[in-house]
Amino acid sequence: MGRGARGWFWLAVAVVAAVAVAGRTWAGAPRPSEVKVGIVTFLSGAAAAPFGIPARNAAEVLIEELNAGRVPAPYSTRGVGGVPIRPVVIDEAGGAEKQVAEFRRLVLDERVDLVIGYISSADCLAVAPVAEELRALLVLFDCGTHQIFEERTYRYVFRTHGHQILDNVGAARYILRIKPEVATIAGINQNYAWGQDSWNTFRDSMRRLKPDVRVLAEQFPRLFAGEYSAELSALLAARPDVIHTSFWGGDLESFLIQGLPRRIYERSTLVLTTGDTVLPRLGQQIPPGVVIGARGPHGALAPNVPLNRWFREVYTSRFNVRPVYPAYHMSQAILGVKHAYEKALAANRGVWPTREQVAAALRGATFETPSGTIRMALGNGHQAVEGVAFGITSRYNSATKEMELTRVLSFPAECVNPPEGMKSEEWIARGFPGAKCP
Amino acid sequence: MDKLAVIAVDGLVFASWLFLVSAGLSLIYGVLRILNVAHGGLFAVGAYAGASLVVAYSAAGLWPLGALLALLAAAVASGLVLGLVVERGVLRWTYGREPVMQLLVTFSVFLILEDLTKLLWGVSPYYAYQPYQLLGQARVAGIDYPVYSFLLLVVAGGTGLGLWWFVRRTRFGRLVVAVIHDPEISVAMGVNLARVYVTTFTLGAVLAALGGAFTAPMISVVPGIGVEVIVLAFAVVVVGGLGSLEGAAVGALLIGLVRAAAVHLVPVLELFTIYLVMAAVLLVRPLGLFGRIEARRI
Repeated sequence: MGRGARGWFWLAVAVVAAVAVAGRTWAGAPRPSEVKVGIVTFLSGAAAAPFGIPARNAAEVLIEELNAGRVPAPYSTRGVGGVPIRPVVIDEAGGAEKQVAEFRRLVLDERVDLVIGYISSADCLAVAPVAEELRALLVLFDCGTHQIFEERTYRYVFRTHGHQILDNVGAARYILRIKPEVATIAGINQNYAWGQDSWNTFRDSMRRLKPDVRVLAEQFPRLFAGEYSAELSALLAARPDVIHTSFWGGDLESFLIQGLPRRIYERSTLVLTTGDTVLPRLGQQIPPGVVIGARGPHGALAPNVPLNRWFREVYTSRFNVRPVYPAYHMSQAILGVKHAYEKALAANRGVWPTREQVAAALRGATFETPSGTIRMALGNGHQAVEGVAFGITSRYNSATKEMELTRVLSFPAECVNPPEGMKSEEWIARGFPGAKCP
Repeated sequence: MDKLAVIAVDGLVFASWLFLVSAGLSLIYGVLRILNVAHGGLFAVGAYAGASLVVAYSAAGLWPLGALLALLAAAVASGLVLGLVVERGVLRWTYGREPVMQLLVTFSVFLILEDLTKLLWGVSPYYAYQPYQLLGQARVAGIDYPVYSFLLLVVAGGTGLGLWWFVRRTRFGRLVVAVIHDPEISVAMGVNLARVYVTTFTLGAVLAALGGAFTAPMISVVPGIGVEVIVLAFAVVVVGGLGSLEGAAVGALLIGLVRAAAVHLVPVLELFTIYLVMAAVLLVRPLGLFGRIEARRI
């Protein structure tokens, strides 16, 4: 090989190398073979049947449909950006400490790309700081406490549904619309953070909206007490116009089983903020005139949009029961994640995004779900706001085997959520400044 | 005045339920000296068995009141089977061992029963409210009560009296009393200890299942109901004095009435009432109301 030929050879090598390097950049970082998602929900214990299992079912059917590319627009691409999703499902039972350990294991050993999880507020509060410390993406899908994003700011933690404030501010507004003459209220709520926060929000909202409302009884039975004979007597004796409860799961069902034969609904209007979950279960047992909430526009109160019709259809045909609100919350988290990945992918011109880029894409995002449009409007774009809807039971529909809801009223997100930067308690105490209600 | 009447009725109703769910625990401790944590599991099995039998019975459209007999049958059947299996299969190997070991063994039986109920009945709730609604309502001081609550009073009272008659008035009961006082001397006098133990444990298991079966119509029967019951039953038995049936009755009555008063007068305290009563009683009587001081054997 002569001198000139050697020069040409090296030039050729350099060109090939340059093209190879550039080509890699043009084609983007290699796409992973799958997006591994940790899914944490109650599979055992008292919260499994009412919440955990419906949420897991929703994840199962939705991920399967997404991977097959069968979800309607705007989610018709397969998986996320063409990459299939692989769920790793973990039981939430066992308490906050165990969940922190499980979360570390998911992130460090299983190397999941993100975690969608947590029904219990205690678990959310415990795991969120750990996610931040590990710089791991965490999407909270069902827990209710409003404290998470009001107490500190996060970079890697998101919540794709509204918190308990909207249930109870919404319940107060609904009651005053359908029963403006209400003069007395009472509450029966479980004696832990969720029950106390829910009751305080409802009571304070009622007092703000109608200052002459009197509180006649505040019952706080133990969580999972199951026996409410004495509490029911106290509520029956107090004869309030409205009885508020944020009971859930077995406690709510036991309360109704014991309270309905004693005609607790006759003198007082019952307000069940999580009532949607019992509609398919107790059917005809629930009398007319009970106010039902679904922690947002979910379940029986979900909007009549194509995405919801599709979701309801695939879920019902698979599990022989319609989805209740935890299933909707799960769909919001999964679709929010898909939306964020694909948005980051587009912004990155097709290069597979980093965690930080996905987080940036989810921050402040607006996306469509079976529950309508979700906006990540609070907590620097990490906390979703949604509207809320309530209805009142009217008559039994033997086709759906559920009580039908009538006088359904929806309140937009701006009406039942505090504005960005204001704590919920302060917002209520100051008389809901900035609230825009129809 | 009305309030007092309502408190008394609520207290009695709750006390009768408490006695029903704690009598078995007390009986077993009294004779076998084993704190049977599996009690919660037996309660849960009784509740599930009762619920499914009532559901099947109600679907068959037979004589409605028979649902109550279905509850009783479910309790006796599940208690008999499980009592025999647990005592003969597991517990008898632990007699004479450290109490801690016995406690751990019953705890493991409890965990097994928890999983067994999930295996057999799944995690979806069972509803058996037919018997609860069947008997109608009764009005006391202007408030509606389900007659079923008063039926609980009868069942609990009947159980208490029956146990008292069994222990004090039957020949076998006298053998049980002898074993309670001194197992070794009883054996020396010719008492068949194994028979006393297996009979007592099975009876205790039937009582636990009875508590579960008669609770089932009032609640949504879901996994985890057994745990709640152990804590309550343990509190009742400690207040009354471990192993004393009279103690369990008085303990249940005391806790029931104080709790009902708290619910009506100071609801925020309700959560603590059981522990308040327990702490107050143990301060004055460290062995519980009917607890006896025993000489330590060497």
